[in-house]
Amino acid sequence: MKNLLARREGLLVIALLVLLVVIASRFPDFLAPRNLAGVFNDTSILIILALGQTAVILTRSIDLSVAANLALTGMAVAMLNAAFPGLPVPLLILASLAIGLGLGAINGLLVWKFGIPPIVATLGTMTVYRGSSFLLSGGKWVNAHQMSPGFLEWPRAVIAGLPVLSWIALLVIGLAFLLFTRTPLGRAFYAVGGNPTAAVYTGIDGGRTRFMAFCLSGTIAGMAGYLWVSRYAVAYVDIAAGFELDVVAACVIGGISIGGGIGSVAGAVLGALFLGTIKNALPVVQISPFWQMAISGTIIICAVALNARAEKAKGRLILRSAT
Amino acid sequence: MSVARTLPDRLDSSSARLFKSWEALLLLVAVVIFGVNSFASPHFLDPWNLSDATFNFTEKATIAVAMAFLIIAGEIDLSVAAIIALASTAMGAVAQTGAGTETLVFVGLGVGLLCGAFNGLLVTRFQLPSIVVTIGTMSLFRGLAYVTLGDGVYKGYPADFAFFGQEYVWSYFSFELTLFLGVALVGGLILHTTSFGRQVQAIGNSPLAARFSGVRVERVKFILFLATGLAAGAASVMLTSRLGSTRPSIALGWELEVVTMVVLGGVSILGGSGTILGVVIAAFVMGLVTFGFGLMNVPGIVMSIFIGLMLIGVIALPILARRIHARLTRRV
Amino acid sequence: MSAVAQAFVDKPMPDAALPAPLLELAEISRSFPGVKALDGVSLVLRPGRVTALIGENGAGKSTLVKILTGIYQPEAGEIRLGGSAVQLPTAEAAQEAGITAIHQETVLFDELSVAENIFIGHAPRTRWGLIDWRSINARATGILRTIEADIDPTMRLRDLSIAQRHLVAVARALSVDARILILDEPTAALSHKEAEDLFRIIETLKSQGKAVLFISHKFEEVFRIADDYAVFRDGKAVGAGQLASVSQDDLVRLMVGRSVEQAFPKIQVAPGEVMLAIKGYSHPTEFDDISFELKAGEILGVYGLVGAGRSELCQSLFGITQRSRGTLYLDGRPKYFNSPADAIDAGIVYVPEERQRHGAILPMSIFSNMTLPSLRRVGRMGFLSAVEEFSLSRRYAERLDLRASSLSQAVGTLSGGNQQKVVIGKWLATSPKVIILDEPTKGIDIGSKAAVHGFMSELAADGLAVIMVSSEIPEILGMADRVLVMREGRQVGLYPRVDVTPEILVRAATGNLGVRS
Repeated sequence: MKNLLARREGLLVIALLVLLVVIASRFPDFLAPRNLAGVFNDTSILIILALGQTAVILTRSIDLSVAANLALTGMAVAMLNAAFPGLPVPLLILASLAIGLGLGAINGLLVWKFGIPPIVATLGTMTVYRGSSFLLSGGKWVNAHQMSPGFLEWPRAVIAGLPVLSWIALLVIGLAFLLFTRTPLGRAFYAVGGNPTAAVYTGIDGGRTRFMAFCLSGTIAGMAGYLWVSRYAVAYVDIAAGFELDVVAACVIGGISIGGGIGSVAGAVLGALFLGTIKNALPVVQISPFWQMAISGTIIICAVALNARAEKAKGRLILRSAT
Repeated sequence: MSVARTLPDRLDSSSARLFKSWEALLLLVAVVIFGVNSFASPHFLDPWNLSDATFNFTEKATIAVAMAFLIIAGEIDLSVAAIIALASTAMGAVAQTGAGTETLVFVGLGVGLLCGAFNGLLVTRFQLPSIVVTIGTMSLFRGLAYVTLGDGVYKGYPADFAFFGQEYVWSYFSFELTLFLGVALVGGLILHTTSFGRQVQAIGNSPLAARFSGVRVERVKFILFLATGLAAGAASVMLTSRLGSTRPSIALGWELEVVTMVVLGGVSILGGSGTILGVVIAAFVMGLVTFGFGLMNVPGIVMSIFIGLMLIGVIALPILARRIHARLTRRV
Repeated sequence: MSAVAQAFVDKPMPDAALPAPLLELAEISRSFPGVKALDGVSLVLRPGRVTALIGENGAGKSTLVKILTGIYQPEAGEIRLGGSAVQLPTAEAAQEAGITAIHQETVLFDELSVAENIFIGHAPRTRWGLIDWRSINARATGILRTIEADIDPTMRLRDLSIAQRHLVAVARALSVDARILILDEPTAALSHKEAEDLFRIIETLKSQGKAVLFISHKFEEVFRIADDYAVFRDGKAVGAGQLASVSQDDLVRLMVGRSVEQAFPKIQVAPGEVMLAIKGYSHPTEFDDISFELKAGEILGVYGLVGAGRSELCQSLFGITQRSRGTLYLDGRPKYFNSPADAIDAGIVYVPEERQRHGAILPMSIFSNMTLPSLRRVGRMGFLSAVEEFSLSRRYAERLDLRASSLSQAVGTLSGGNQQKVVIGKWLATSPKVIILDEPTKGIDIGSKAAVHGFMSELAADGLAVIMVSSEIPEILGMADRVLVMREGRQVGLYPRVDVTPEILVRAATGNLGVRS
């Protein structure tokens, strides 16, 4: 039990429970399963983006272009749908994955083959992708009435009590868990971020691993693009503006270390849920939504401080008696 | 044991170093853009138009000078735009009480300084990584602005407050441009000719070795965060004065534009190298692009594509060139 | 050689009875800017035998290891594995060839588990291609058992001791069926018992037919565990053969190439007033109750094994870390340093062991490194004067005979010895009272070594109080006026030079003072 508490994930679960209890004390209906499911559904997109970002941060990189990727991909599939309403939705989803992958691969190549620091590369691609969304759409919006019913229905369809959107999040969580804990690529993320020199010695290609991380992040962002425009039933250039920082914040809160090599799927999910719960709870507890930014900011700062304390390298203990 | 040799100061001459530098490359880019724009639009070369155009980047560029110091020292501050918003909100709130321009300026700069101190404390005293800490303070500061102002707007600034953002100091030189150039000049002097500047460079190259050489790393970094906060406060005064109003959403996304300006200016994001001259040229390049494209009625967001491509290109090209050179000379 | 070691040495085998070489290095050369690290060296490793590689710092041992593990490429010469020539262009290639190295700093992953560290890069998979954790944990347990390591494979590597990390590295080598193991100063941070455990494992490896290259400067161990020897000096292989046919003195002579006394140009200095006095000086976790007085003109040698707490003591004296208890008097006045800047202002300076990480800022120029602690002195009112900077750095560069093409040259491109000169020069410019040098000649070519020693003597003659941390007995005996021996954070003894012999030093450092052979 002590071990669980000592780990970030355990602390997050407790913090989340405390948060829920506090909210429930003012508004008991918040804890109703239907409502909690709604919170989860609302947070689904953040969760999957956070998982993609986790792969990137694990390798000591960062992807600031996820929101722009989401926007561009979302606009593209929305326009496709508006122009060709006959196209089956699964095909459009495939397209969103492919476009997202392509955009992520560009980031990966810039970092791998050109050696551009990730923050600079994704800062650049961020503006290019969002600008491209404008070029693509001519600044025009794609509204709900232009989207086919199938397009809009797909993430909302309820299966076994949960909307498809939530199921997708659960699926991505499951796949991510499998990837990070059971595949060589996933373990390589940890190795490359934890000790790049040792990774070389053990035959892991650091550049290629980071490339794969960016591809993963991009593919997920592409998927999120479709989900976003479908869920909010609108596509325009500025969607998800600034969302990339929410994604990074979710990771930081979840205990993913910005220095690489440390972090877990559970952490990313809990971090995202934490942010999502607060966002959902504020109107319920009748705190003005204008407080949301300030509260998230404070939580991020606290999370960073906790991360730093946990990571402080155990100093050399030379005095045997000091143990 | 050996014949006494005198070590020369340098091997290559000053002029050689000048030509091979990043600043020279950037200057070339600036000249090209200037040339292209002059052809593209007859209004480009009008001096008043050019002077007007400077307003679109001088506020950011002022912050960029301070940010350059931070990045050279190996840190970063992503909360600068939020500081602008918070400082502006504070000034607006105080303006509602009928305070005079001097008080407002004091408030704006003061809030900037306080925010900078907060950032500096978190990074130096608690040893937190600046990139994520300032993502947090960014939310916090702008969040406080929202809490104060909500979706409202402050107007009602005293008439002479408009001086900072709208008036000219001498001929074509607006106050904003003059302040920026002044800040850049002082910044350049400090970075390249003072011991403080040398310490900043040392810290950026190796914080450990700098500490072992007696540099007070935490103190220097704290000062840099203060300076960045102050610069953001000054930018806030100018911006608020120019707009004549305040919303919590002003300067949205500016932090990334400032970072782009700094990196485009040749400052390595990893720390340790860069010049203020480069940042100044980069600011002008970005301003020229914005102005020139604006004259051609290119929407802002498309301009940012160009800026994004330029950022990537300008960093990738030397690396590409070096790779090709290495392959050609085939060294182990 | 002591009677203890003698008992372990067998009689030499006739050459024809030796097993055929598993790994051969023939005429390998490699240079770096400023120094020829390896000059036509040859080395032979045979299966089931341990070859000890001996040499002073800077003799070329670590370069050799890097070539064997695929990190560097030789510029000339051939590597032969089982008789046929091979290339080792990458670390992976070396691993495929069956070569593994275990360094002092284990190059593994702190945040991953022991079992994962053993199998990373070649993890067993299940039918679906996923990593088979059950198999990894089981096999890891198995391997750890064969080397009698009592380690839980699910523990994070970060939570293990240095000795245990070495064992994990050995386990990893076994998991990839390494045929050739390189052990680089493996007992540096180990206790006597842990070292014995390691030797037992080495015997197991020998019986499995592995070839072991054992790098050490501790003759006791060499004669205990190794069968063959190879001696490097200044990048050349100056001797090789079976240990049974040589004595310790033979090895020393090969290593040093001259009698020990000549190497150390020590000037006898009449000591002055007490400059530095510490009493009961302690740190919460690194050292406890250290006390000594140091006079101007004196050189205090600090000896101990790696991990004894010597560097930690020095860094605390310099203000990097804070003491928990005890007093420090400098020139009669009590002092407390919160940072190195405080220490430097007071007159204590520190030449760190890790030259490249702590000593110099490699990408910056010689002159900017040299003026960094003295920026106030090379300008006016905060502004720097290029003229004064060059003048100051030239003065000390010439005094130290610095070899470089210009003062604007980046320190990272200089040889180790010249880098050290820059570091020392930087401190001299601050006119210190006490100078602490931590392993000052580690990784430096012989010529620069002598220069540094000569220099230290000059400093003492000029009235500085000098503290010199060293792991090399000849250096301690040659340079120190008094010797402080530390072990596991504690002060074992403080001896005047005349009372010290190599045996006493080693016994004190290893905790065997009371033991007689």
